[in-house]
Amino acid sequence: MVEPIVSLKNVHKRYGDAEVLKGITIDLEQGKFYTLLGPSGCGKTTILRIIAGFSDATEGDVYFNGDRINDLPANKRKVNTVFQDYALFPHMNVHDNVAYGLNLQKTAKNEIDDRVQQALTSVRLADYGNREISELSGGQKQRVAIARAIVMQPKMLLLDEPLSALDAKLRRDMQYELRDLQERLGITFLFVTHDQEEALAMSDEIFVMNVGQVLQSGSPVDIYDEPINHFVADFIGESNILTGKMIRDYEVEFVGKRFECADGGMAPNEPVEVVLRPEDLDITTVDDGKLTVTIDSQLFRGDYYEIIAYDGDHNEWLIHSTNPATDGETVGLTFEPYDIHVMRLHESEAEFDARIETYTEETPEDEGAASHE
Amino acid sequence: MSNRRFSNWAFYVPYGLWIGLFVIAPVALIIYQSFLNLDHHFSLENYATFFKSSTYLMMTVNSVWWAFLITIFTLLISYPTAYFIHQLKHAQLWLLLVIMPTWINILLKAYAFIGIFSQSGIINQFLGLFGIGPEQFLFTNASFLFVATYIQIPFMILPIYNALDDLNPSFINASRDLGATNWQTFSKVTWPLTLPGVKAGIQSVFIPSLSLFMLTRLIGGNKVITLGTAIEEHFLTTMNWGMGSTIGVILIIAMVIIMILTGDRKSSEGRLTR
Repeated sequence: MVEPIVSLKNVHKRYGDAEVLKGITIDLEQGKFYTLLGPSGCGKTTILRIIAGFSDATEGDVYFNGDRINDLPANKRKVNTVFQDYALFPHMNVHDNVAYGLNLQKTAKNEIDDRVQQALTSVRLADYGNREISELSGGQKQRVAIARAIVMQPKMLLLDEPLSALDAKLRRDMQYELRDLQERLGITFLFVTHDQEEALAMSDEIFVMNVGQVLQSGSPVDIYDEPINHFVADFIGESNILTGKMIRDYEVEFVGKRFECADGGMAPNEPVEVVLRPEDLDITTVDDGKLTVTIDSQLFRGDYYEIIAYDGDHNEWLIHSTNPATDGETVGLTFEPYDIHVMRLHESEAEFDARIETYTEETPEDEGAASHE
Repeated sequence: MSNRRFSNWAFYVPYGLWIGLFVIAPVALIIYQSFLNLDHHFSLENYATFFKSSTYLMMTVNSVWWAFLITIFTLLISYPTAYFIHQLKHAQLWLLLVIMPTWINILLKAYAFIGIFSQSGIINQFLGLFGIGPEQFLFTNASFLFVATYIQIPFMILPIYNALDDLNPSFINASRDLGATNWQTFSKVTWPLTLPGVKAGIQSVFIPSLSLFMLTRLIGGNKVITLGTAIEEHFLTTMNWGMGSTIGVILIIAMVIIMILTGDRKSSEGRLTR
């Protein structure tokens, strides 16, 4: 086990009666890209502020390299932040903004110039040192903010929704650049976002949060394929979520039919929720289909068609397909057993992991591999 | 079409009238009168008198010096006050308390201070308990400075408070994040970014302080004679309106100089806080 660079142990944050963080325990290791993902108001930015030192934990401990840093002021912490609104000082030019922290450390003039130039080069703004902040575009401000933080050579970079103010195209470019930068510098990134696509694209590990708790953590693939509850399944990607019943291991019943599936370790006839991702559903003929639905409407999304269909019991089905369908047509839907993901109600992440352990060992290799390593 | 153009034009009439009647006309009249001598002949006599007379020049220096002192003391008190009020939980309430004295007429406040500072005033009564005094407080330069500063403080606190309020708190966090101590953050970020508020405060304190005249008499005991006092004397006592107007023009020029000196040259960039 690698010694984590930052650990939060049972951190609570309360404002009066409102509890913003309800016992957060996370370990962040050196050199990885972490993402705190959740809807606004879930407490993800509060975690960032507690690590940065702008806010303190009401209860619980924050460790940095094994030392408790709860009482260490922000200016003494070896972490740097990229702010959501960039917070570039408007009365200084680009060079002076980036040099700000180094000037405070009384670094030698030529070393400052070298490091500032290096930082600006790494965000591809080498020639922008003399520009005023007001002359920069949003994307450029974003890069200067990153340069200003990485020039300090922090052990950890905290990024508070840094891409939220950029347009879609620039956002995608910056996602690649951030990931690339993180890999080149080898420092830990803790990225806060409410955009699940962004989180899935960039992270080594994602913490999915809601109302002050971490609901699930894991690699993007784990979280996408094995959401532990309704909230995670709904928040990450799009999904068809249905109530069902676990008949026995590897057999689940929903919409009145029984299907073979890849999950187990539950009580017989236990009520469950079933997730089917829209891209896992394939349209076929009624005879070949496991389900029969009627196409209601569709939207062209560029790289796929988003199709809405209803079955005989008026359940809505969301289907992503590369081919268009015909409105009003009755078609069959088919999917593979491992496309079905079964979620127990009120199962915590620890219980989920323990259950996976019990049955993955006996699962045949081809089925188990798709769901969990 | 022409109807619409007319109605657009009509919107400007009230503003035009206002500016014409209450801004341009008085200034033009003052400038016109300043060129009239006692016999109502057009001449540069008044200006010649002003710049030849050591009394008037001393008075000018005096006015500027006292206005400068008042502004400095007001700033020294107002910046920290605005800064701390801004950090308080009920900042708006505290601000209201600071503004409240401005609702009271300046003469009333001056008379109140006479009651406090006079030989039989509150301070001397208090000192009397310890067998000290009575001391002379009223009609001293110090009391003039004290009261003038007291009266100007709200006009300095307000623009500084607004500048602090406009300051994006992220800037403070960013500065701390990059390793700055509280003091470094203040001197390198907070102060430069609230400077426009300080300049506005200086303008609204220094300029009226140049022409204070009631306080110089009621509190300063006419020991401090500023250009404001001189204007009052010329208009009300010696009836030399021409000379009074000349001093008025000098004051207007002084004010313009202050406005230029404290003006925000890069206002478009300085305003960019959010």
